[in-house]
Amino acid sequence: MKLTINGEEQQIPETVESVEQLLAHFNVAHKKSVVEKNGEILTKPEQKESLLNENDRLEIVHFVGGG
Amino acid sequence: MNDGRYSRQELFAPIGKKGQQSIEQKHAVIIGAGALGSSMAETLVRAGVGAVSIVDRDYVEHSNLNRQQLYTELDADNSTAKAAAAEARLLDINRHADIKAVVGEVDPSLLESFLPADIIIDALDNFETRMLVNDFACRQQIPFVYGACVGSYGLTYTILPGDTPCLHCLMEDIPMDGETCDTAGIIAPAVQMVSAHQAAEALKLLSGNEKDLRRTLLSFDVWKNEHRTMNLDKLKKQDCTSCGTKADYPYLQWESRSSLETLCGRDAVQIRPAKTAEASLGRLKEQHERLVRKSNSHLLVMEWEEKRIVLFADGRAIIHGETDKAKARKIYHQIVGG
Repeated sequence: MKLTINGEEQQIPETVESVEQLLAHFNVAHKKSVVEKNGEILTKPEQKESLLNENDRLEIVHFVGGG
Repeated sequence: MNDGRYSRQELFAPIGKKGQQSIEQKHAVIIGAGALGSSMAETLVRAGVGAVSIVDRDYVEHSNLNRQQLYTELDADNSTAKAAAAEARLLDINRHADIKAVVGEVDPSLLESFLPADIIIDALDNFETRMLVNDFACRQQIPFVYGACVGSYGLTYTILPGDTPCLHCLMEDIPMDGETCDTAGIIAPAVQMVSAHQAAEALKLLSGNEKDLRRTLLSFDVWKNEHRTMNLDKLKKQDCTSCGTKADYPYLQWESRSSLETLCGRDAVQIRPAKTAEASLGRLKEQHERLVRKSNSHLLVMEWEEKRIVLFADGRAIIHGETDKAKARKIYHQIVGG
């Protein structure tokens, strides 16, 4: 499945079905992040329920603590 | 004061003379005097913010000098406490500024001592204290400008209590596994980018231009040439325990804080005694004369079994060369007792 993630086209295995699984796929599920899918911010429950489709555009932003 | 020092800011139409007068009557509180705190403090003091308070628990080291713009080699040579070095430099820049600098830990009573305050700037290096400050800002209804950076990446968000989501809405609990300057390093342009956006938001708020606030989470990577903004309004939780209708401010419960933390950017552990008892630096200096390498009115630097131990007057210690918290605690007890 082809997704655009933070502006970059990527091929993602079909086994990754939800946004939550996508975060696990990238090994970033433990980080605090906000995710936008096709321009819409997703709440935590929505990340679990939201299914991925071909050509979806995702923006993922991680919170960091340094300063 | 009429030496023209603010003339260029007054010529900037959205601020003008009226906005400048407003700025000069405001009090900004900056939490942290590291990279972001240095930059924010300098910008706000140059801009003529009437009173600036700044707090930091740490001292200047040579590894800070690539990005912490208020400090000099001499400060690092002398292990000067950051808040003390910052205060001296800020008064060199603007002797009319009312600067309150505190060497110590952020706790609820310290935050209370800064009231009344018009804005709180986040220049912290850890989430635990950030959540505490977030709770305080929500309780007092004071705008809180989150900012953080690591590597070439940074992000910032302006929290308006009662209006936007707060940090607790966005994070749910304290992240235990964020990247830090320790693992990923940090370059100055990432700091300056976050700080520039935080400072612009501060000037809008302090000059009476709330309508111009950005209202989005801004994130960027100055190395990967990325930049994005997101509107987070949807993530505000009505039942948030920090900013919701039944808020009980869980992170203001000081007792719930751990007394051992590894420090961002260091191979080191900080220990804070459970009960705050001021350490007598003079007594410890005499007691451990052979171990003492450096001392000043704020701290004592000792070397012991290849570890560097920095003991502060408020009872805290930073154990360098040790990342095992249990071992660090043992060393603390061996040196300080208690």
